[in-house]
Amino acid sequence: MNDLVAQLQMAQPLVSKHLRVLREVGLVGVRERGRQRLYRLDGQALKPIHDWVKNYERSWSQRFDRLEVVLEELKQNKEEHDGDDK
Amino acid sequence: MAMTSSGTAVVTLPTDTQIRITRTFAAPRHLVFKALTTPELIKRWWGGDRGDVTSADVDLRVGGKWRYVMTANEGFEVAFHGEYREIVPNERIVSTEIYEGAPDGVSVNTVTLEEENGQTMMTNLAEYPSKEIRDTVINSGMEGGMQESFDHLEQVARSLR
Repeated sequence: MNDLVAQLQMAQPLVSKHLRVLREVGLVGVRERGRQRLYRLDGQALKPIHDWVKNYERSWSQRFDRLEVVLEELKQNKEEHDGDDK
Repeated sequence: MAMTSSGTAVVTLPTDTQIRITRTFAAPRHLVFKALTTPELIKRWWGGDRGDVTSADVDLRVGGKWRYVMTANEGFEVAFHGEYREIVPNERIVSTEIYEGAPDGVSVNTVTLEEENGQTMMTNLAEYPSKEIRDTVINSGMEGGMQESFDHLEQVARSLR
């Protein structure tokens, strides 16, 4: 907990609150060791969201791949024209 | 999320009614702006792998309209249109977007271009009228289900009336 507070530079109650929410949805696990509470991230819980968004993300990637081709051409044209302008 | 490489679109969901898409391009932002706003160029990229853009109308001024029509690979036609609300050349475009099959599902899209060392980071933040519509738009990315998902979007939008 102290490590997290230091890393995030947030007040301890706020960090606790975030951790509680993350625990409730199964994104972090916690175990006690003496007076310490050790938190562990469970990325598996994020997988359904990633899987859900994946195809949408792919269709945008395909769109942007084509945009990249167009931009490459614009860059080359510009270089040619820059020569003309001067 | 540790996915910040260029070459892919990175999708995040900042709130229940938003979709944020980012990507970095190896080009200065005035060229990205040009590719985003020139009909002949839009036709070449906007359809992605999903179909051919047969028409792109752009009236680039505040209050001006835009409309794109695409023939999807499956043969059916889809059209989108909207209105420009804010234009800062080479930096920012705010516009509405309506899928004509579901005209109640208006989103407000903010495109931001930030240039650094000749590279441009594009951020596209879309705000939808409800979580249900936002979720349906994400589902429209499912392979093979494009027609069904557009139909579903239509149903969802109708249910809002």
